[in-house]
Amino acid sequence: MVERIATVQVVNPHGMHLRPADLFARTAMRFQSKVCVTFEGQQVDGRSIVELLMLAARKGTQLTICTNGDDAEEALSALVQLIERGFDEMEEGKNDQATNDE
Amino acid sequence: MKFADFIQVGAIKSDLTADDKEGVIRELVESLVGSGALQAEDLDGILKAIMKREELGSTGIGKGIAVPHTKHPSVSKLVGTVGVSADGIDFNSLDGEKVHLLFLLISPPDRPGDHLRALENISRQLRDDSFCRFLKQAHSPAEIQQLLDEADNTQL
Repeated sequence: MVERIATVQVVNPHGMHLRPADLFARTAMRFQSKVCVTFEGQQVDGRSIVELLMLAARKGTQLTICTNGDDAEEALSALVQLIERGFDEMEEGKNDQATNDE
Repeated sequence: MKFADFIQVGAIKSDLTADDKEGVIRELVESLVGSGALQAEDLDGILKAIMKREELGSTGIGKGIAVPHTKHPSVSKLVGTVGVSADGIDFNSLDGEKVHLLFLLISPPDRPGDHLRALENISRQLRDDSFCRFLKQAHSPAEIQQLLDEADNTQL
């Protein structure tokens, strides 16, 4: 069994709201490994949208991701990349003030 | 954040009658207009924005619960309501289950933090299976309000 841990900063303007939580959980479910996410002393299951939403992780906060299983390395890398690229919504945030209705 | 901070008591619906996603969302937005939380002229724009958000990915978060939402410039603070559908709605949720319980949220475009805290509150309370079950079985807006108040009061 392999365990991998990384700490990543949330960079998208709206933080871990529903769509990012959904993307994160779906990505986590592609792997066999267990995924847990820790934020401000609270640890949740990375495959659960509901639990991820409970973190209310804002932009600029640090999430610690821990993966545990045979594909822990690959799972961690995929999840870290997802957060680092702002859940693919960096542009939306920039235009937010101008468009108002997403 | 507590339910009382954003749920508009006058807009709670215990008896959603529509049988599709857009229909129940319309009922909830209309209910918010009826309660005075939204202006009638914004109804179509808000409904369209919520449906557009649903196209990006379902807000059905599993266990029969959905959180349709949008940002809209017509609100100056986060407003929301709750609706229950006895028959259940096909929402294309992650777990494939029909949705019986909806939390609809409309937030000002410049307040992403409030939206996060509302989602946090909803998801924290919904971990309690009996709370979910009681909400889905509620027969009147007053009963729903009472359950939300109780949840607010037990939250530390």
